[in-house]
This record gives sequence, structure tokens and C-alpha cells, in this order.
Amino acid sequence: MKDSSLLIKNARIIDPATDAEETGDILIAEGKISKTGNDISAAGAATIDASGLIACPGFIDLHCHLRQPGYENKETIATGAAAAARGGYTTICCMPNTNPPLDNAGIVNHVRDIASRDAPLVRILPVGCITGGRAGRELVNMAELASAGCIGFSDDGSPVSDTRIMSLAMENAAVLDLPIIDHCEDINLSQGGHMNDGWVAVRLGLKGIPAAAEEIMVARDIALCELTGARLHVTHMSTAGSTQLVRDAKQRGLKVTCDVTPHNLTLTHERVMKVQDTPRTALAYDTNARVNPPLRSPADIEALIRGITDGTIDAIATDHAPHTIEEKLCEFENAISGISGFETAFGVLMSLVHTGSISLKTLLACLTTGPAKILQNGTGTLRPGARADITLLDTEREWTVDVKDFLSKGRNTPFNGCKLKGLVVATISGGCLSFHHDSLRIS
Amino acid sequence: MPEKTLLNSSDIERALVRVAHEILERNKGAVNIVFIGIKTRGVPLAQRLAAIIRSMEQVDIPVGSLDITLYRDDVSSLSFKHVVQQTYVPFDITNKHLILVDDVFYTGRSIRAALDALIDLGRPETIQLAVLIDRGHRELPIRADFVGKNIPTARNEEIKVCLSEVDAVDKVTVMRTEGGNNELK
Amino acid sequence: MSLSESRPGTATRETLPGPSIDFWKHRHVLDLDDFSREETDLVFEIAEGMVEILDRDVKKVPTLRGKTIATMFFEPSTRTRASFELAAKYLGADTISLDATKSSVAKGESLIDSLRTLQALEVDAIIMRHPCSGAPYIAARSLDTSIINAGDGCHAHPSQGLLDIFTMKQQLGDLKDRKVVIVGDIMHSRVARSNIWGTRHYGMKLVLCAPPTLIPHGLPEMLEKYSLNHVTIEHNLDSAIENADIIMSLRLQKERQQSGLISSLREYIQGYQINMSRLAGAKPDVLVMHPGPMNEGTEISPDVAYGTRSLIEQQVTNGVAVRMALLYLIAGGKNR
Repeated sequence: MKDSSLLIKNARIIDPATDAEETGDILIAEGKISKTGNDISAAGAATIDASGLIACPGFIDLHCHLRQPGYENKETIATGAAAAARGGYTTICCMPNTNPPLDNAGIVNHVRDIASRDAPLVRILPVGCITGGRAGRELVNMAELASAGCIGFSDDGSPVSDTRIMSLAMENAAVLDLPIIDHCEDINLSQGGHMNDGWVAVRLGLKGIPAAAEEIMVARDIALCELTGARLHVTHMSTAGSTQLVRDAKQRGLKVTCDVTPHNLTLTHERVMKVQDTPRTALAYDTNARVNPPLRSPADIEALIRGITDGTIDAIATDHAPHTIEEKLCEFENAISGISGFETAFGVLMSLVHTGSISLKTLLACLTTGPAKILQNGTGTLRPGARADITLLDTEREWTVDVKDFLSKGRNTPFNGCKLKGLVVATISGGCLSFHHDSLRIS
Repeated sequence: MPEKTLLNSSDIERALVRVAHEILERNKGAVNIVFIGIKTRGVPLAQRLAAIIRSMEQVDIPVGSLDITLYRDDVSSLSFKHVVQQTYVPFDITNKHLILVDDVFYTGRSIRAALDALIDLGRPETIQLAVLIDRGHRELPIRADFVGKNIPTARNEEIKVCLSEVDAVDKVTVMRTEGGNNELK
Repeated sequence: MSLSESRPGTATRETLPGPSIDFWKHRHVLDLDDFSREETDLVFEIAEGMVEILDRDVKKVPTLRGKTIATMFFEPSTRTRASFELAAKYLGADTISLDATKSSVAKGESLIDSLRTLQALEVDAIIMRHPCSGAPYIAARSLDTSIINAGDGCHAHPSQGLLDIFTMKQQLGDLKDRKVVIVGDIMHSRVARSNIWGTRHYGMKLVLCAPPTLIPHGLPEMLEKYSLNHVTIEHNLDSAIENADIIMSLRLQKERQQSGLISSLREYIQGYQINMSRLAGAKPDVLVMHPGPMNEGTEISPDVAYGTRSLIEQQVTNGVAVRMALLYLIAGGKNR
């Protein structure tokens, strides 16, 4: 299919990279965008009638978990990539907490081999570990991981507590010009915590994780970023305080970027105790709302949204974290953290657009150009000559989330049963359709 | 059928005086007698009987109250629950002639429950049953020793006893409820 | 209207002594947050009837004959379990007890599996204690059987809350404008949490007193969120107990010192132990409660625990009566 051409007709084309917005056609040839404009015709090209749809650069996810190798019962690269394509993603960055973890070039190459064999239509970019075995003690060979294709370094889930180790990691990353992607959590402070430290935690008798546990590490990392000159990317940032710290660092000209998740932008800690439309008294203890960082307060959400509108926040990342049913069908305190996020991300985020919290263009920038700038790989645009990664969206279409339809093995989502408005209709990756909804009109 | 009054205040009083006499006659005086009223309306009836005997014999007869909710044989099949009330028997019933008092004697199941409850409280010499109204339709082999008034009824009729202590007035009424047969027994 | 007030007797069916309870809607007892004043009072009224049974020589009524009540404790406990089992037996029920700390749970059987086994055995109610907050809610959602929460993590201990308030009312009568102080490890206390909910109907003042490290950060906001205006937080015990009618001391687990929540036992005792010299600063007729088990010499001194102001024994007796009332309401009058 790569040799044949594809023509998208009458789409509302939004390219946050060029700030262009027009209704027109896109012609794709040999996996690249050949031209955009009006009344393009191409003999023999497959044609998509995209009237009423938005065409934007393919979504880029800076943070997901594909679980292979080691946890194939939760997800495989094949199922994870299928779910990503359905969510509109053409490029995804997978975290290194597999088993074995991505702490040497051999295992990174292995993952890339599986990816090119099982998921050729989604670009999967590995993130390497910072320390061997993610144990926080010895640095990995970062240059080796970089040449194996890692786009950054993270001990996601087991944040590096030793400040000296983190400082050394940043020195090395600075030389390679790759970001340190940090899950910011002071585990001494958050230890034993189950959810956001606040009134809901007290109500439920659960131990809280204070916002300070995140903010302390964000502040530390910013100081180290200033010390080393490295690029720091704060991932799945969740609090008002962190947002302010990043805002200040950016104002001082530091190379700090950050992302937030769809769930931290739309759900509060109250979701742990209350499922929509259940009586007040039936405390939910919903393990599907257990996630780390935890769902925070309405004030935090407000601050995160302000961070998106003023440019403090560069990207929205899913932190797609699939788990088995058994790992969630248990006591809240024993449940594992994480949300299977690929397939609901866009619909969930559109709620922010429909309520007027952020503009559609800002949202699309956070899903495309924002992360592309951090990856520095020339994706995230519809400019002629660019790789043809395109997502087609219907912002008005309503649908109901049903985990039974998920392509991901992970059915763990607090959005099951939610009515969402905004659907990914098709995903084109390198000129090929990696996903399309039944409603796509193609000839 | 509208509500029909069967007994008024003085009818009730006359019936109780007769029952009090019968109790004294049967037990050869008021010695060693105790009254236990079944909640709710058996209790004021027991107190009235004790007062009548006091005026005749100058003897104070102890009066206790019994809640039988926990002893009913239909607790597990009732579609609604009932408040458990306090049983108050502040004296020993062992070796006493115990007169159990209730307002309406019907299937006999309440009395069966009351007998079980009494056995848990001690071992009386005898247990005798005094009721204001006997309306028939027994389902168990139980009979009353003292009856204020026999009133043959149909099953679809409702006997209502009101006592001034709890209901502000004294009267006994009958009313037919819908749907039952009219056969008098 | 008071419940004991009688309605005219009707005799189309055999006259029942007490009024019927059509407002009691609970299939489970999970916490006191969903108990109305009417429902709480009902439990107390029935418990009074049960107290009379406990005074008898033959402490047994046939109310729950033929019913089976299971206790399933995923956490060690002697008193609560014994109290529930006695309550069930006094009401004539058969009881089975599963010590889930030793059973197949230890072998990795999940909570849901263990509970499904009990349900398959067709028990009428499960009395459950679990170290994880919310576990009884999972059980209530997953099974058809009634669940009575006998303590879940730091979350709730409704039967304890009820027996505490029952004991307070027994001593003080109307609780309006009375002052009760709960002192100790508020952070980890399910007893304190259930008392917060249970006392909200009675117009009384509830003071929670603990060092700042043993008060959860979100507590003031939670109190505000649910308009629990009767509760205040105080760090100084001496000022907290001024004019108090009842002081309830909570167990301090030794682990709290290891985890640094208190700097030393000695400091805790100085600041928060209930002892005779502390009580010298309180009202002369102040009463003392403790949910047990006590660490004598830590949160309470033995002379207070066994002294004339102590209600601790009454709490134990009342515990059985209140649990009988709960079992009557949950397991009685129900067709499987």
C-alpha cells in the first residue's frame, strides 16, 4: 500500500505546527505528504471523503506502557499499538519498566524488533532506563541506549531518589541532548499512600499522597537541570504547585518541559469514592481510579488547565498503563496503579474543548506539535514532505466507552460507561491506514 | 361495613371485674399470683385487673410486661420488621401462679410465643391465660382460662381494642375488611 | 413520634406488639454515614430490649433460629468477634467462623473468592473484618448476602460507633450540648471515624484531640464538606477535656513510634495519656471510655481504666446488645 497514493478530500485541516486552518484536500504519496490544497485530484488514488472531519498531524504519546517483554498478560506490543492507533496515535514512546527492563541495548533492540514485526504501522520509540534494573543505584550506559534508539531516559514508576545519581544522569543526558523524563515523586513522603492526600482520603480511610511529594522532586529536578544544563521533561505532572515550578523555570530560560494526562485533567480524587450516578452512600473504592500520580483536587485541575492555555504544559501524554482484571478486582489498597488510556484519550480531552476550558487548536498542539518538539524528530506537522502521519477526527460524534470493545488488553479505566463526544475516525501512519472507524467513507 | 362498637368503656370494666373474680375463685385468693401483660395492650389490662383485685382484697399483685417479638414463629418470614420492645419482669416468676394477659385471643400463636418467652424467665407453678376478647379461629391447641367476652367473627373481620392508657378511649370495635368470606364462626 | 408510642392494635392478623419498621432500608451495615437519626435511634431502642435478655439467667431467644451467621476475620481480633458471635448465639442463630488470617487467604486466595465460598454455603449474613479500607464495600457489591462491617482498615467500625453512642446516651440521657473528647491516634482510627458520623444527629460537641502527626491532613476539609460542624480538632489535651462529659481514649499502636509519627512513647504519654492527674483538670463527674484493646500505661493508666469513672465494661456489655439489635434488623425478617 505504501506505493499507492491516498487522497483525503474536504477535511478541515488543522496543523498546529504552521498555525494553518483551512478546509481542503491532502494528497499522500509514497508515505509522505505530497501536497495540501483545494480541488486536488489524483487518478487511481484511494480517496477518503473527510467532509465534516478534522485532519491533523498524527498524535504523539510521550508516555505509555506496552508491557512486553515480561508482562504479556497485561499487554503486548501488538495489542498496545492497535489500541494506540485506535486512539489516533502514530508515534508512541514506551516506558522501560518491562521485565527485563530496557536498561541495555540488547533488550532495546529486542523491543524494536518485536515492534517492527508486530506493529509496523505505529512508530514505537523506546525510553531507556536511567539506572540498571531501575534500582536507582548505577547509571545505565546512556550513550549505548541512545544509539540503540532510545529517545530519552526514565526510571518511571521507581523515581530516582538519590540526587547525586540523578545529577550524574543529567550530565550524561545533556551530552546526548536527550531528555530525562522524570516521574517526580519523593517516595519517602508518598510511601504507603493510596490516593491524593485530601478530604476524600480521610473519608475513605485511605492514606494520602501529598502534592508536596511531587513538587519536591520537580523542584529538585529543576535545580539539577540548572546545574547540568540537561533537558528535563516532567511527565504526568499533577499538581498546581508543580505547574507553577515549571512555569517559573521556563521563565528563567531553563530547558524544562512537561506533560499531563487526560485523567488528571478531567477527574478529581472524588472519583475514587463516587462513580457517576451511584447513590451518595455507596462508597465506590473504585480501583480503576487508582493511578499514580493520583487523581487530585479541582484546584489542581484548574491550575493544570491554566498551564495548558498559557503554554507552561507542552504535551498531553496518556500514561497508558494496562493491567489485568485480577490486579484491579481487589481491595483498593492492594490494587495496582494505572489506567488503560489510549482508546479514551481524545474523547475524554474533547470534554475540555466542549466546555470551553481549552481551544481545539491548543488541544491538538498538545497531542502533536508539543510532544514533537520534545522528540525533535520532525514529526507533528502536515507540511509537504513530512511523513504522512495524520489523524482524522469527528469532534461532534458521541459514543459510549465500553471496555469490552477495547483493542488493548487493559480494561482498567474509570471512563467505562462514560458518554464521550469526540471520536478518532481514522489514523494514517506513514501513508497507511493503521485504524479506521466503521463510519469512514473510503473509495 | 362501617366500624361497629361491640363493647364500650363500662362493658370492658364489667368484663374485667368478672374475670378478676374468676381468677380469685380459681386460685383461692390472691396469694402467690403475678400478672404478666403481653405488649402492648395486655399490659394495661393486667394493671387494671391488679387494681380491681387490690380494691377487693387489699393485696398488691406484681405486674410485668412481656415483649414477644423475638419469640414469634414468623420472624423470618415477615416482610416487614417490628421494633423489639423491652420485657420488664422485675420479680421472680418461679413457683408463682402466673396469669398471662392479652387483649385479643385469635390464632394462639402469640400465646405460644409468650409461653416460650416465659419459660426462659423462670418456672412458674402454673400459667393461666386471661383475655379480653376471644374471637375464635385457633390454629394451635391452646385455650383461655378466663375470657372477658366471646365474639364470634369471620376471618375477614378486624377486631380493634382501644384502651385509654394507649389509645385515649376505651372501646372494642369490629370492622369487615375487603375480600374475605362472610361466614360467621 | 417516638417509636414506642403505640398505634391502635389491629387483629386481622395476630396483633404484633411493636410498631412495624418500614423505614429500615439497610441490607448491609457498612458505616454510619448512611444512618439517619431515626435508624440510629431504632438500633438503640431495640438494643435496650436486648440488654434485658443479657440480664436473664437463660440468655437465649429463638429469633434467628435456623439462620446462619458467618464471621470472617481477615485481621486478628478477639473481642469484636466474640461479641458478634455471642450476639448471634443469644438470638438463636448458628455461627461459623472463618479465621481468614490463617485460611486459604494466606495461600493467595483473593477476597472475592473467599467470600463467594461463604455465599455458596448459603449463610444469611457475613460479619467481616478486613485490614483494607473499603473491603466490605467490595463484598457488598459482589455478593447477595448481607454484610456487616466489623472494622475495615482505617475507615469504619459502625457497630463500635453505635455501642459507643448507646453507652453515652445510657449515661447522659439526652446528648444535646454534651461534650465528648476522643483522644489518640485519630489518623488510623476507624472507631473515631464512625463516631464522627454516628454522633452528628445528637446536637453534641465532639472534640478530636491528637498530636498533629496523628491527624490526617484532609480532616478539616472533610468535616467542612459534609457540614460536620459538631466536630472540632484540638492538639492540647488539657484544654480539650475542660468541661468534657466523656473522654474516649484510643489505642496507640506501637508501630506508630517506629514509623516516626510520635517521637517517643514518653512524650506521647506526657501529652496524651488519660490518667488521674490529667482528670484533675476535667469535670469531677467526667466519664472515660475506651474501645479496647487497651495498652494500659500508654494511652490510659490502669487506675482510670478500672476506676469508678470508667465505662469500659459497660461498653463491652452494650456491644453485645447493640450487635444483637443489628443482627435482628439485618438477618431477621428476611426470606432468602
